[in-house]
Amino acid sequence: MSRVDYDLFRRGTAATIEAAATVLPTDVADALRRALEKETGEAARSALAYIVENIELSQKSTSPICQDTGYPTFWVELPAAWDRSRVAAIIREEVAAATERSALRPNAVDIVTGKNSGDNTGILVPAVYFDDAQGDSVKVKLILKGGGSENVSCQYKLPMGSLGAGRDLEGVRKVVLHGIFEAQGFGCGPGIIGVAIGGDRAQGYSLAKKQLMRSLSDRSPVPELAALEETLLRQGNELNVGAMGFGGATTVLGVKIAAAHRHPASYFVTIAYGCWALRRKVMVLSSEGFAVSDH
Amino acid sequence: MESIRLNLPADRQLVKSLKVGDEVRLFGNIVTGRDAAHKYLVEQRPDSVRDILKGTFIYHCGPVVKKVGGGWGVVAAGPTTSIREEPYEAQVLEEYGLAGAIGKGGMGEKTLAGLVKTGSVYLHAVGGVATLLAQRMKRVVEVRMLEEFGTPEAFWVIEVEDFPALVTMDSHGDSLHRQVLEASRKRFDELLKQKG
Repeated sequence: MSRVDYDLFRRGTAATIEAAATVLPTDVADALRRALEKETGEAARSALAYIVENIELSQKSTSPICQDTGYPTFWVELPAAWDRSRVAAIIREEVAAATERSALRPNAVDIVTGKNSGDNTGILVPAVYFDDAQGDSVKVKLILKGGGSENVSCQYKLPMGSLGAGRDLEGVRKVVLHGIFEAQGFGCGPGIIGVAIGGDRAQGYSLAKKQLMRSLSDRSPVPELAALEETLLRQGNELNVGAMGFGGATTVLGVKIAAAHRHPASYFVTIAYGCWALRRKVMVLSSEGFAVSDH
Repeated sequence: MESIRLNLPADRQLVKSLKVGDEVRLFGNIVTGRDAAHKYLVEQRPDSVRDILKGTFIYHCGPVVKKVGGGWGVVAAGPTTSIREEPYEAQVLEEYGLAGAIGKGGMGEKTLAGLVKTGSVYLHAVGGVATLLAQRMKRVVEVRMLEEFGTPEAFWVIEVEDFPALVTMDSHGDSLHRQVLEASRKRFDELLKQKG
């Protein structure tokens, strides 16, 4: 059971932001090392070698893996005794402080004036979403998702005649494959593909992004979706787009799918494209302090 | 692969001779410039940055920087997606006498035609390897338009040493991006027909 301790929450949040920006999750780093071992394309192999070296350098020097430290997005699970607005304020302050320390790049630009706020705070930035806690401990999930990968995230509406994609899982397969094909070069591959089927448009984007928090070894508990995850991982790689779009054996590192009920009139398939620098961390507060992990 | 050393400002004959697939190492000053910079260069045609752009490469990059003493240090500085500059790049290369652009993801036919016309190249740096590339940056020489554009969008003049990049579009009209796109489109069409 965790006490209500806002100071501990603050310290944990600061550590989580720094860890997310500088230390790539172990599952992703290992997958990239395996991709390097089996790559035979000269340009893709060279790109993967730089990627693997960079992961090690960033961790050692605690500097950001990628200069685009992304849209800071927090999902917070909070027991009832905690004050949400106070927690949101602490997150905002710690994001600004991390920016001041150059752990994050200032990424919040005013739409009307074009001015960068300079500290990563602004309207709806950072994004903080609250959920009730499952138990009585505080859990914070953070993803720092870069703009390039967010730009190639997309949403399909089935049926889609041009691809012969109907309103079924076979149609989903076709449009997700199309999304991977279209992202080539732009999303810093090899990518991790979060997919949401169903929901309304907003729920689709949210659910798809949340799939990027899953471990690469995680399989959907729904057998049909687990099979589709596997098929799309295999076929995505068969496109031979390769690291950085240079042509090569590894185009995607993982495909993670979730489904929500849909409106009878709608069938949305939403893709959240995660670049290879998938910066995710999870913090759990307990009476012992805070612990930061990869997923 | 043997990499080719490019001292900056660049020997234009050497740049013109580069081919898709060549690995290069840059030594000298490069200048960052991304969305706001490209729009500014084309729409305002300012004289204030001509001196820093001439003969070198414009780097599509919004770095993480840190104040060090009276100056600046680069903490992280990988490339950003270049295709957003597609409407501007050919004109920017020609007007400012650049040897080329550095970025990621490649660019389109308009830029490729610009490379052929001006004898320049597009260099691909590896996306996301920001710490590694920052460590190849010796110093920030100066920064322009920082107040107006903010950190990611300003013109940062940076001296690099042994900065690695791959030629993916050249002055002979070749593009690795076009090759991969065509091959993967063929694969995609086949996979569409296959059942999952």
